[in-house]
Amino acid sequence: MDIFIQQVVSGLATGGIYASLALALVMIYQATDVVNFAQGELAMFATYICWSLINAGMPYWAAFLTTLAIAFVGGVVIERVVIRPVENAPILSIVMVTLGLLVICNSVAGWIWTYLQKPFPSPFSPNPFKVGNVVFGAHDVGQIQVTLLVLLCIYLFFRFTPLGLAMRAAAHNPVSSRLVGIRVGWMLALGWGLAAVFGAVAGMMVAPVLTLEPNLMGGVQIYAFAAATLGGFTSPGGAVLGGFIVGVVENLVGTYVSFIGTELKFTVALAMIIVVLLVKPTGLFGSTVVKRV
Amino acid sequence: MSTLLEVQGLEAFYGRTKALHGVSFGMVKGGITTILGANGAGKTTTLRAISRMVRTTGTIRFEGQALERRATEDVVQLGIAHAPEGRGTFVHLTVEENLKLGAWGRRERGNLKDDFERVFGYFPVLRERRRQAAGTLSGGEQQMLSVARALMLRPRLLLLDEPSLGLAPLVVREIFRILRTINQTGVSILLVEQNAALALDLADHVFLLETGRVVMEGPSDVLRKDDAIRRAYLGY
Repeated sequence: MDIFIQQVVSGLATGGIYASLALALVMIYQATDVVNFAQGELAMFATYICWSLINAGMPYWAAFLTTLAIAFVGGVVIERVVIRPVENAPILSIVMVTLGLLVICNSVAGWIWTYLQKPFPSPFSPNPFKVGNVVFGAHDVGQIQVTLLVLLCIYLFFRFTPLGLAMRAAAHNPVSSRLVGIRVGWMLALGWGLAAVFGAVAGMMVAPVLTLEPNLMGGVQIYAFAAATLGGFTSPGGAVLGGFIVGVVENLVGTYVSFIGTELKFTVALAMIIVVLLVKPTGLFGSTVVKRV
Repeated sequence: MSTLLEVQGLEAFYGRTKALHGVSFGMVKGGITTILGANGAGKTTTLRAISRMVRTTGTIRFEGQALERRATEDVVQLGIAHAPEGRGTFVHLTVEENLKLGAWGRRERGNLKDDFERVFGYFPVLRERRRQAAGTLSGGEQQMLSVARALMLRPRLLLLDEPSLGLAPLVVREIFRILRTINQTGVSILLVEQNAALALDLADHVFLLETGRVVMEGPSDVLRKDDAIRRAYLGY
């Protein structure tokens, strides 16, 4: 039982990371119908920026917040410069652009920071703590807290602020949004900025566990896809829940199903994507979107 | 009376298809003008041209300011509210959120409370439904919401596209009664309507559009008596 609880908690910790990245994917998907394949690589890049700031002597949390600000501006700029010109192109073209971004981020990161693995600090105590017989990693628990805090902030932002409302409106109904005077293009750019922020949080939280290298987010992104597919690409709440479910399932299956172990864990995520697409393509909480063609 | 809206030689294009062939008309401040015409005559396109949602040539002036080079969002800021064809409701959002968004493009920010009270005064049913998702409203209620949302802008010109479409006659009569009240508070209205009898009752000035051209215009009580109009649009 103790092992079970431990595995669930550490599953929730990694699940939070999948949830953040899945939320980033879903936000952009809802606003533009495009899956941003570069989301993970942008997160990796942001994590390297944080690493550089810390190496230059900045305290961890200052570097963390600075990185979030840089990620936000970076996301906005990328939307304006790279995505905006292809805004009206067929979806496949935009997807190709995001794939291009993926490759560029990956190689530029390798070029600047090399492909050598770098240790990345955790802001939380290295010592695990015990509750009863159950041992918790401090980083796991801290990671869950950070993820939940970020999710809470973003929920409050979208639910209660006028700007959040305008962004939701722009995502659901761009034509009507223009008719009430919302600058839809800028709302999309802000969406990219926020998505980059979620990604950056995910990257900085996962880097102490995986160690930092340009392929840091490759695996995480697959899990995030699984999470978004499971929860539904049309449901931000579903994607978050999907993230936690994927994290926990991945961990439990790795622990209790002996032939899967750590080697085949990855396959679990891919299997989940396929099963969801076969059984309930809209995901657990997604809705069927009917479009006039 | 001073001119509010002045349209000259307006041509509109969807891709290569020309939908308006040189439409010219004017509107005075404080009036209700209606554009009549059959399906495909270019009524909706005329409204869309004013709101800059379609590519055009020709000039459109609102209170002396040229609109042609502005974006839709900027036209809204001048005080032109457009309740579009199909109502343009944000179906996922609540009635209250829809109304809040209506005030987004307004120049004077500040207190929305008075505006809420005003539109709830016109449409009390919206007050009861304020926390409901707009998509769950009936057709008539959604049309009321569409007009109410447009009013949140405190517009000087209200563009209405077929407010009677698909609604029960009683509901339509109610909406048109409120439109008159709204007009009396100083909001000019440009109305596109298939239901010619209703539109002629409400409006003081009429333009008749046929295949992208203005073919007749005049005060509504004069045009109502015109034989051609009577036969083609009023059906008696």
